[in-house]
Order: sequence, then C-alpha cells, then structure tokens
Amino acid sequence: MFVINCPWCGERDLSEFTYGGEAHISRPVKSEKMSDAEWAEFVFMRSNPKGVLAERWNHASACRRWFNMLRNTATDDILAVYKIGEKPPKVEARLPATPSGEAPIGSGNDAVKVILPDAGADREATS
Amino acid sequence: MKKYNVFSLIKEGLSGHKGWEPAWRFPEPKAAYDAVVIGGGGHGLATAYYLAKEHGMTNIAVIEKGWIGGGNSGRNTTIIRSNYLFDESAAIYNHALTLWKTLGQELNYNIMMSHRGVLNLAHDEGEARQMKRRVEANRLNGVDAEWLEPEDIKAFCPPINIAETIRYPVIGATLQRSGGVNRHDAVVWGYARAADSLGVDIIQQCEVTGIAIEKGQVTGVETTRGTIKTPKVACVTAGHTSVMAKMAGIRLPIESHPLQALVSEPLKPIMPCVCMSNAVHVYMSQSDKGELVIGAGIDPYLSYTQRGSMDIIEHQMASLVELFPFVSRVRMMRQWGGIVDVCPDASPIITKTPVKGFYVNGGWGTGGWKATPGSGHVFADLVANDEPNDIAAPFAMARFVTGALVAEHGAAAVAH
Repeated sequence: MFVINCPWCGERDLSEFTYGGEAHISRPVKSEKMSDAEWAEFVFMRSNPKGVLAERWNHASACRRWFNMLRNTATDDILAVYKIGEKPPKVEARLPATPSGEAPIGSGNDAVKVILPDAGADREATS
Repeated sequence: MKKYNVFSLIKEGLSGHKGWEPAWRFPEPKAAYDAVVIGGGGHGLATAYYLAKEHGMTNIAVIEKGWIGGGNSGRNTTIIRSNYLFDESAAIYNHALTLWKTLGQELNYNIMMSHRGVLNLAHDEGEARQMKRRVEANRLNGVDAEWLEPEDIKAFCPPINIAETIRYPVIGATLQRSGGVNRHDAVVWGYARAADSLGVDIIQQCEVTGIAIEKGQVTGVETTRGTIKTPKVACVTAGHTSVMAKMAGIRLPIESHPLQALVSEPLKPIMPCVCMSNAVHVYMSQSDKGELVIGAGIDPYLSYTQRGSMDIIEHQMASLVELFPFVSRVRMMRQWGGIVDVCPDASPIITKTPVKGFYVNGGWGTGGWKATPGSGHVFADLVANDEPNDIAAPFAMARFVTGALVAEHGAAAVAH
C-alpha cells in the first residue's frame, strides 16, 4: 500500500485512487491509414517495464481529476507526480542490478537461497 | 531415477534412511545445449520434461534465477479446473486436467491431487444466466459441469451461508466435480526429478541477463554464470515475461500486476471443496495441512514487488466473512504476493516470435497453475517442431493483430 500525493488534494491513501495504466499513449491522428499491426501496437502493446513507469491515476474518491505519476515498479517508489499534458520530469531510481533481478527492497525473493550439495557437506558431518 | 514405492520406503526405513539420493542434480552449466528453457517453475520444468520425454531432446537445460518453484509456482493457490467458456480455452485447460489425473503416477511423485470439486457462485440473475450458459458450453466441450440450486450448494459445501438476507445472496452455482487442488511444491519437484533423470540439466541460481541473436536467429543466452550457446530458447518466466521478451527486442501486450493470497491457522477439515465467487470476489479452499487458502483479485497497478495492498485483502475478507461466517474468528497466518502477467483477453500467449528460435509461453494472468501440465506439453511441442499444435495455435501472438482474441475476461469464471 502506498500514499499518493494528489496534485490537487495532497497526500492520500492508495485506496482513494483508480488506476489508468501506462501514460503518454496518444490516440493516433491518421487512424484511417493504420494497418492492423499498428492498431495492435496502439491498443494492446505495453512497455510494462521493471523500473520507471509513467502512469495515469485518477483521484476517484475525492477531486476525481486525472494526473500522471512516475513510479519505480521494481520497488514501488513514487518518483514524481505531474499534471496531464506535462512532460515527465527527469528522475533517479534505484533499479535492480540485473534485468530480472530483485531490487534491494520491495521483494520477498532475496531472503531465500538454494542449498547446494557442497553447502550441505559439513551439515552431514555433524549429524 | 530411484523409484519411490512402499518397498523402497520399508528398505530405507530399516536402514536408517541413509540410501536416499538427491531427487535432482546441481550441475554446472555446459557451454552449449540443444535448447534452453528459461524459468524453473511448474510450466518451465513441465516443458523440459515433455521435450525430453516426448521429443527426445535430452541435451537441454532449465535455467532458474532463484530456486525452482520459488516464483509463482510456490505462490499460487493450487486450484485446478477447466470450466472456461470458449472452445480454445476449454481445449487447453481440459488437456491439462486430463494430464493432472495421472501425473502423480507418471512422475512417480505424490502431487496430492484431490479432485474435490470447484463451486463458482452466482449472486444475481444476470450472472446466473451467464453461468448456466457456461455450463452448457462446458458440456459441449466435454468438460464436466453442472448447475446447483442453493440447497444443493449447502449440501455439497455445508459451511456456506445461503441466507437470502445477506447483501449478495447465493442464488446458484456451477460445479465442476473433477476440479480441485493439489500440492504445488510436489508438482515442481516431481517434474524436476523426472526431467533430471532424463538428462535435463536444472541450473538454479543462474539468471539470464541477455539473449544473443545473430541475423534474426537465437544463438545463445547470457547468464550470470557465463554464456550458453543454444539455437532454441523457450521463455517461461511468469512475472517477468515482458522483461525477458524485451531482451529479444519484442514488445508484448502483457501488464504485470501483484496478486495476493493468504492462509489461516490450520483447522480441522471443514471446507470440503473449492468455492469461488466472482461477484463478491473471493475464493477459498482448505489445504491438507488444514489451512484455509484464500485469494481474490489483482492489485490494479503494475508492479514487480511481490507484495500488494491491504485494502484488497480487507475487501476479500469482508466478502468471505459474509459467505462463510465461521471464518470471522479464524486468525490469518501468512499473506504474500506474486506477480501475474495479464493479457488484455485473459488468455495466455504461447507463441513463436519474429526472432527465430525464441519462443514465449506466458501471460497466463491469475490462472496459470491449473494449466501447468497442458501448458508444458503443448509448449514442448511448439519448441521441438517450430509449429504450434492445434491446442496451442489459437494462443499465438498473431491474435492481437487479427483480432481473434480468446476473450475470457468477463466471459468465463474469471476468478482464478
């Protein structure tokens, strides 16, 4: 759960907001000339990054206004909130060291390791 | 592979259990393989097992960044069913259900498969009509399905509250008697053991960091333990499908969301079946350990953090207490999240890609577990023959361009 800083209302609980998906996907202007593949790209394809994502949110339970947000999907850090129509600001994010690796925080995966047979050798000796 | 049976158990019992062998090896990665499966979950290990068993490809490796079964295979709620509305879905999920029935014997591993029945509740007339339609569609596709009235539901699942006075009364349900639950770890370990005994290298603690491509053809994978040459890469990385596809320069129609589940303290047997409700959005079953296993829907936003929001849990528990009043004083023990790759039409992607030798099996959304054997089986076929079989063909990427979606969102029992 996170707290979102609505540009109009200030900090509010996540449950007051609805999600609008990836931001900055603008409707094509010459849609009558588009191929099926280009339509598929616009309608279905998404960047879905493990890292910084520009996304739309709506403050549904209060001012009901839309805004954009930059969030690090690897950690859920909120990096910036900006208004619809504005360009995303430059931000720094703590990214995973490898493409699908786990971030320093924000994942339950880093605590558990596989026990390799070598590591179990001394355990056997003592039992 | 040393057979597990009553005689080996007695023999080992009498000799102090000193003769058991590790169920699979921990090999170092070789320099080259005929094929590499990325992802050591249920689907990935099943793919490797069927590649080795049915297609004779034994010089292959499964590469897993953590430990096998540590991703979504270890995080799901193990519900098995195949009562989907559309022909394409019924075909693949029923293929899986057929394989589940004999999988324990085939793998010589007790997967604790229990066909205890799955109820899908209806709470209003529109939903009831839709579900009755699904029952008929299921029957036409050879999927066992029946419609129950409230008294029949109560007889089948006694702890349920069918009072007409609750906010969303139960007015009926579909029942798939062949549905049920099994043990996820055992399935993963069973597939790993069987694949390993056929010669498949299962390489854990090895993360793929890049896909090597030359002139549109896969030539290998870069990993944290060196480069591995291979002409075929089968990517089965639920929760990271987009991330892996991006390494091969491919964009997918997938978005990754957290999905949460929780379990209660262990109770004596009280819940005889799986019970799901789409309208009030919660489902519950009871594990053989006695824990009530509870889940519901995804968190709305995209995230890779394997944790979700408390309001989602609150919502599903409120629904659960109304449907099953006895749980109001049961303490919840653990809660966790997994990352599900959701497609716009709630159906998976099993596909060749524009990169020759790079295959993707993903986008199973919230309901991949039930498909594990079927998914691995048809995907192995695709990887070995470079062409999808009849069951896999409708799930190719091309459907997002042609418009031939398998739109299970809102059409079938969408809760998984």
